[in-house]
Amino acid sequence: MIPSLPRPAWLRTATAMYIAGFLAFLFLPLAIVALFAFNDAPYPAPPWRGFTFDWFLGNPSLGRVGLFADHELLGSIGTSCIVAACVTGLSVCLGTTNAFLLERGRFPGKQALSVVMLAPLVIPGVILGISILAFASRIAEAADDLFGLELEFLRPGLPLVVLGQFSFIATIATLTLSARLRRFDPTLEEAALNLGAGRVAVFRTILLPYLRPALLGSAAISFLMSFEDFNTTLMLVGADSPLTVMMYGRMREGATPVLNAVSVFLMAASAVVALTLVGRSRRDR
Amino acid sequence: MFDGERQARWRARLALGLLLAPALIWLGALIVLPHVDLALLSFRARVGPRSYVASLAQYRTFFQEPLYWHVFVRTAVMSILATLLTLLLAFPISWVIAKLAPGRAGSLLFVLCLIPFWVSETVRTLGWMILLRESGVLPALLTWLGVTQAPVELLYHDATILVGLVYTSLLFMVIPLISSLESLDNSLIEAACDLGAGGFAILRTIVIPHAAPGITAGCIVVFMLTLGNYLTPTLLGGKNSQWFTEQIYTQFITRFNWEEGAAFGFLLLGLSTVMVVTGLKLTGQRFGDVMRRT
Repeated sequence: MIPSLPRPAWLRTATAMYIAGFLAFLFLPLAIVALFAFNDAPYPAPPWRGFTFDWFLGNPSLGRVGLFADHELLGSIGTSCIVAACVTGLSVCLGTTNAFLLERGRFPGKQALSVVMLAPLVIPGVILGISILAFASRIAEAADDLFGLELEFLRPGLPLVVLGQFSFIATIATLTLSARLRRFDPTLEEAALNLGAGRVAVFRTILLPYLRPALLGSAAISFLMSFEDFNTTLMLVGADSPLTVMMYGRMREGATPVLNAVSVFLMAASAVVALTLVGRSRRDR
Repeated sequence: MFDGERQARWRARLALGLLLAPALIWLGALIVLPHVDLALLSFRARVGPRSYVASLAQYRTFFQEPLYWHVFVRTAVMSILATLLTLLLAFPISWVIAKLAPGRAGSLLFVLCLIPFWVSETVRTLGWMILLRESGVLPALLTWLGVTQAPVELLYHDATILVGLVYTSLLFMVIPLISSLESLDNSLIEAACDLGAGGFAILRTIVIPHAAPGITAGCIVVFMLTLGNYLTPTLLGGKNSQWFTEQIYTQFITRFNWEEGAAFGFLLLGLSTVMVVTGLKLTGQRFGDVMRRT
């Protein structure tokens, strides 16, 4: 019920217990992952055997490879970062042009186009992955048959992963940026034009600063979504695995607490991004 | 003068073209054409090396092989179950955040709900695995408490898959629910209460009708995400997961049977579309509005 109505004591207690239970449900898995990154045992399982940094720093005498010496894992973090940087750049650029197209452009079929742009969010990631995989191979084969060209980037690998992730993350960037552009007061632009500013100057001095929070926000979200994507990536991945695919493979085998150590690192990184974004949006308000 | 006008119009058209081109390339090359190609792929059968004929064989195989359509139906049913459970679990917390918790406490609770979803699904699933597996935390705790004699395996059950799916989906239900509950005027509830309505009557006649758009939006998104999930069912369900996306992966990547995999992909897409359209029809909403809500 609502605060202005009397609530019986049992209902208050039940609500409090429910909230506590809900938060425990939310945070238990994360807390457990973080905790066992520091357990002095070869497997991430109870009992607690004491505190150690071995799973970060390594311990040759016990044959433990820590996160900072696990080149395979570090390499996959690097791969994920490269992919995420490419996807972010592409998505933010396309999101910006799409925002102007949808908010400023006047052309027949705009409504239909804006609905089609939402489609990538509705199509399951696995299907986006296989459709792009199949289409890219068809083009590669056609190029090979017709012109004898070997188009290596159309075979499973990082370029395809970037394209696959970009295909749906672009929609998210578009939504964020056009929502911001919609609230722009066009009189500001008109005033600048009346005062003799050129189109380019207006864009650079008025529109771009106005869009800045949305540009940064959509860049952060794009990076994070790309870094964490699994479904689409799994279908398109070649020899170099991004972090999620690498972790998935190791989790199936039953891995050491190094995975917990990576997870702690990921949690810290997401926390930094999240706090920056939250702080920024507070300030803008 | 006439010339300048023509030049301006020409320039506007050029600008529109420059803005339109990237959007069309993106949608055409990465969304529309690949799906057309996938459709063509699913309607052909291999008759020899590099020779194919148009055929419905792939879809026939799906219906003739019980394993395939069992997994399909199972995935659909489990996804619906997971969606309903998510709604049940998310509704009270959304109510608390939107109505009960005053100002700062409410936004703090909301941020707390958001935090786990900034972390990768892989990490969250790893947490559940450490918690639930036979040598894990919960079985050890149960044995220590004397509930079970020896540690029991809590992974690889259907219930485990459901827990994982509900956990992963919560946020996508909480956000649309909160936004639709916040717009509900408290005085309506006060009035109903003054007129003698009980809690259940208020919920049924005022709250749920008002929150219907949010409920639909949340359910649709959660259902789609659950249906297309791969990580959670395969890791928490192990060999028993039998999730349809896993079948697609097997056909496409393991067996290299792209024709069958393409057909499976379209069946999944069809199921997802049918459910979304039904949901929208039942509640009389438009797709674009629902998507913008989330």
